[in-house]
Amino acid sequence: MTVNALKNDAGQLAGGRRLAGGQRQLSSGQAGGRQASERKQWGSTALAILFLAIMLFPVYWMINASLQPNGTTLQTSWFPLAPDFTGYATAISQQGRNLGTSLVVSLGSVLLSLAIAAPAAYALAYFKVRGAGVVLFAILISQMIPGIVVANALYTAYNDLGLLNSIPGLILADSSHGIPFAILIIRAFMNGMPGSVIEAARVDGAGHIRTFWSIVLPLSRNALITSGLFTFLFTWSDFLFALTLTTTDDVRPVTLGIFQYIGAYVNDWSSVMATAVLASIPAIVLLLVAQKYVAAGTRGGAVK
Amino acid sequence: MSATVELTRRQPASLPPGTGNSRRLNRRWNHRRRERLYQWMFLVPAVAYLALFFGYPVAKNVIMGFQEYSTSTFYTGEAPWVGLQNYVTVVTSSLFTTSLVNTALFTAGSIAGQFVIGLALAVFFKRKFPLNGVLRSLLLLPWLLPLIVSSAVWRWILDKDSGALNNFLGGLGIIDTGVPWLTSTSLALAAVVGVNIWIGIPFNVTVLYGGLQDIPDELYEAASLDGATGWRAFQHVTWPMLRPVVSVVLVLGVVYTLKVLDIILGLTNGGPANSTQTVATQSYALSFQEFKFGEGAAMGNILVLISLVFAVLYLRANRRAVDE
Repeated sequence: MTVNALKNDAGQLAGGRRLAGGQRQLSSGQAGGRQASERKQWGSTALAILFLAIMLFPVYWMINASLQPNGTTLQTSWFPLAPDFTGYATAISQQGRNLGTSLVVSLGSVLLSLAIAAPAAYALAYFKVRGAGVVLFAILISQMIPGIVVANALYTAYNDLGLLNSIPGLILADSSHGIPFAILIIRAFMNGMPGSVIEAARVDGAGHIRTFWSIVLPLSRNALITSGLFTFLFTWSDFLFALTLTTTDDVRPVTLGIFQYIGAYVNDWSSVMATAVLASIPAIVLLLVAQKYVAAGTRGGAVK
Repeated sequence: MSATVELTRRQPASLPPGTGNSRRLNRRWNHRRRERLYQWMFLVPAVAYLALFFGYPVAKNVIMGFQEYSTSTFYTGEAPWVGLQNYVTVVTSSLFTTSLVNTALFTAGSIAGQFVIGLALAVFFKRKFPLNGVLRSLLLLPWLLPLIVSSAVWRWILDKDSGALNNFLGGLGIIDTGVPWLTSTSLALAAVVGVNIWIGIPFNVTVLYGGLQDIPDELYEAASLDGATGWRAFQHVTWPMLRPVVSVVLVLGVVYTLKVLDIILGLTNGGPANSTQTVATQSYALSFQEFKFGEGAAMGNILVLISLVFAVLYLRANRRAVDE
């Protein structure tokens, strides 16, 4: 079911159709009822905005608190009437390096995940490889394995291999959030792609690798972007592997930096909240800029 | 899930059978073998990755569960076999029942809250009104934020002395003194559940809204002709039609909630006095705070077993969803 939903979305993306916003015209028969129903509609909008205000209050509060002056103020005021950026200055000087680490690890994880997931998705969608069903089943089951179990075993292995406290180690481990998701998303998309295009290329004498590289990948652009964006977000948000697979300050993602901030007694909430705001930027940018891809990814979120 | 049963779309290009002499047959066989090899090359990296980062940890954890695996193991390389000792220690520990009960309460509370609110909002968003699409997508924000960020923000909101919630309730005159949301043994679990509900609502709304969109409008039209509108339409049309999606959402929700770690560690770190300790956090604490990796593995394996029960339920729910 979830995979089917995914497939639909990927298909819609392929056609470049906007995802249905559910805004079909009301066909109100009576002329007089028109105005009343319009008023009722705006009433619903108002109610929806109220829900949203409650749901997004913590996000507002994070931004508000990050702009409050530093120090001993006991009460945070409800509005940042006199925005103060010392919180951000502290955050960048203390967590700037960690933000950089998170960025490098996330970008690395996107590259690794796509490099592994895209060929696999192609194979699963087009070849009648024996064991394809087993691979798909393994991917679904992998989603049920608690991260702490993976971390527990990886810690001992990483310790032997010298991968603790290393960026490659984190990239490899963090990709476990993205790879299964990316395979499912890209495969669902490729299922909706016309097979004739690929066959034509093969008949023209293009080898497997050339067909994949110059036909399949360009055609799958949207699915690659969607899964790349989400892989970035998953890795950027990773906390468990940051917590368990690093033991020193050398390589420290920002999520762990925030955890250490709040682990001690906090007397400077504005810098904690400023760091939180900085760590939220990818999510906010994704939501505002890449709407189309988010819609496809979140429906597929059922498999996350 | 239909994916597992669904046949792959394309067959590899192969020569028509039953033509040519033995040399051609031989060549064709070689060709096919090479073809198959090429095809496998596309899949090998992913299979290797899954084996190393999911298969290996699970197998390794099963073995570690039977070993005395501690810090000294890292120096000596010795992990003596202790049979079921780790499991006995873990299960008979006084904390085991606490974490089991907390896990059950945390999971049940979170799922119930997320689902009920999520369904209500999904039904609400089925109405046609201006800005519907924009507002619905903004609702996703809590789900996209890093969990540790949400934990940090909620810690500040729920702060006893100067948190926004206590200020707000105090301003309304509902409370006189600050409520110790996260620092009282009787309230902490409820507070953590509340935060987790907030995080899970967007996911539930999205999936349930998708399910609602798939219900044909004709059914509602027919129902309204029969006089069923509003609540009765929900009861007789929406709910039965949504059932397959509902079971998938619930079971997936349970499987994901069972393994939640970030939120609890970020909000309370399992405290106060272990009142928010779950099986997952306990497994973490045993391995990475007490460095008893064997016991941590045993606890983790218990968690896997619990998840597995729900995984089976998930697969069955999925199959039903496909059938219906």
